[in-house]
Amino acid sequence: MKEFTCIICPRGCQLIIDKNNNVTGNACPRGKEYAINEITNPTRTITTSIRVSNRIDTLVSVKTNLAIPKNLVFEAMEIINKLSIGAPTKIGQIVLKNILDTGADIIITKNID
Amino acid sequence: MKTVDLVIIGGGSAGMAAALQAKKEGISDILILEKDECLGGILNQCIHNGFGLTEFKEELTGPEYLWRFVDQIHEEKIPYICNAQVIDLSKDKIIKYSKYGLVETIKAKAIVMATGCYERSAGAIQLPGDRCTGVITAGLAQKYLNIKGYMVGKRVVILGSGDIGLIMARRLTLEGAKVICVSEIMPYSAGLNRNIQQCLKDYDIPLYLSRTVSKVVGKNRLEKVTLSSVDENMNFIPGTEMEIECDTLVLSVGLVPYISLLNYIGCPIGPTKGAIVNNYMETKIDGVFACGNCLHVHDVVDFVTEEGRNAGHGAALYIKNLIKNDGEISVIPGREISYVVPQFIDKKTNENVTLKLRVRKPLKDQFVVVKSGDRIISKTYKLGVVPSEMILLNLSIDKINEINEELTVELEGK
Ligand SMILES: Cc1cc2nc3c(=O)[nH]c(=O)nc-3n(C[C@H](O)[C@H](O)[C@H](O)COP(=O)(O)OP(=O)(O)OC[C@H]3O[C@@H](n4cnc5c(N)ncnc54)[C@H](O)[C@@H]3O)c2cc1C
Ligand code: SF4
Repeated sequence: MKEFTCIICPRGCQLIIDKNNNVTGNACPRGKEYAINEITNPTRTITTSIRVSNRIDTLVSVKTNLAIPKNLVFEAMEIINKLSIGAPTKIGQIVLKNILDTGADIIITKNID
Repeated sequence: MKTVDLVIIGGGSAGMAAALQAKKEGISDILILEKDECLGGILNQCIHNGFGLTEFKEELTGPEYLWRFVDQIHEEKIPYICNAQVIDLSKDKIIKYSKYGLVETIKAKAIVMATGCYERSAGAIQLPGDRCTGVITAGLAQKYLNIKGYMVGKRVVILGSGDIGLIMARRLTLEGAKVICVSEIMPYSAGLNRNIQQCLKDYDIPLYLSRTVSKVVGKNRLEKVTLSSVDENMNFIPGTEMEIECDTLVLSVGLVPYISLLNYIGCPIGPTKGAIVNNYMETKIDGVFACGNCLHVHDVVDFVTEEGRNAGHGAALYIKNLIKNDGEISVIPGREISYVVPQFIDKKTNENVTLKLRVRKPLKDQFVVVKSGDRIISKTYKLGVVPSEMILLNLSIDKINEINEELTVELEGK
């Protein structure tokens, strides 16, 4: 049995999952899916920012467009921190494809003129 | 003097929503004044995700959320001026703003205040000990890190467990800082459970409750802090001191509505530390409306957007002379309720009203009861209530029409 908080929405249900993967405490079906993922293959979305190469003291925010395995988060951060991009930037623009073979791309989340 | 039908002060989520709603209701002479270099407000620096679940049914980052509104402002061709800080306001709605040091004056028919909030600082909480560098508020640290790209420190203690503090704990950790702990003076966290999980537990960052900074030590730069436990009366308990070497103390100790402009015009302020308003978000100053964090501090931006629309709607009605002001019903926070917005409901309203409220402390198994005299207007069961989560209650128009006496909102144990 394991207990943790669902992070899918702000409600933050307290989930309990037993050894037969029975989930309780979830107020909606997404909680069940989350709990099962959390014990089999926990994943997280990274949100961070990278340098804008042609602007002084400016960063642009980015994210992984899919959640990646939790144990790769720091490794991914090392790669992302070396990235930079020239302005203008557009939301959804891909900066790096398939980071660490996770299938997730690093995409821009802010428009800069 | 230039005149404008509707001036919106502050171009964050609240201000943009107000402008878009007023435009939708036929007001075309609108101007948004924003002191920063771009629209969007605080969301520009909130690069984490968790925004938009109510509004767009998807999870967006702060900048993605705000750009959906900036795009609409552009589509609707609503005029705005950036780098324009409003510096003076009068009761007859004459506005002075400064842009690059030049002061302009305009007169408005209606004003929506959407100026957001500011962070409580070391001085505001009388942080004991040395005044040294390395003590910084969470929002400012967030701006440095996410927008400017400056790392604020290497070994960090965070004081206050509200969502901003928790988000910063994760952010600093991801950028390579060691976040030693988060210390919270109250016996419970002020942040969402999900943020305790994904920002602290994920990275094994301890959260100490009923514990706060009893001493700050540092000649020039911060060298260490002492944390002490507190009793129910918030007094330090001797013998519980814990010394921690660190170079940075991040303060996440509360947000306060930014209302200095409202003070200039003598606008009455309520328990939210923002203006008191009716169900159109109109303050006690005729034709001046307020919404978003300058009215009461919100934790979810989707509700800010909704409130902004409400203020834009009110301002449109006002400009079209459709608000009657034939008396109002007061809404009073009762047992265990710290505040309710709005504080008044127009008796003649023909619209449903949403009451927004917060409780004083975490409690389980409660009914939220709305009463008019002895009559129960509504009774809603809640498994658990916490101060950090705003409660929304809908009052339908037929219920409002039945009410004569003031309304009280209170908690009742099961
Ligand atoms: C750090 C932080 C993290 C958050 N995290 C989340 C989250 O994860 N999920 C969520 O849903 N919500 C979150 N919120 C809450 C939500 O994002 C905010 O409550 C909301 O964005 C506030 O909108 P606003 O328009 O009221 O204020 P703001 O966005 O602060 O806008 C106010 C604007 O007014 C301008 N202004 C102020 N004074 C003047 C003046 N005199 N003249 C001209 N302009 C002026 C300011 O420059 C600013 O642009 C967070 C808030 C903060 C602070
Ligand atoms: S179980 Fe459903 S309602 Fe509960 S936190 Fe998870 S997603 Fe939200």
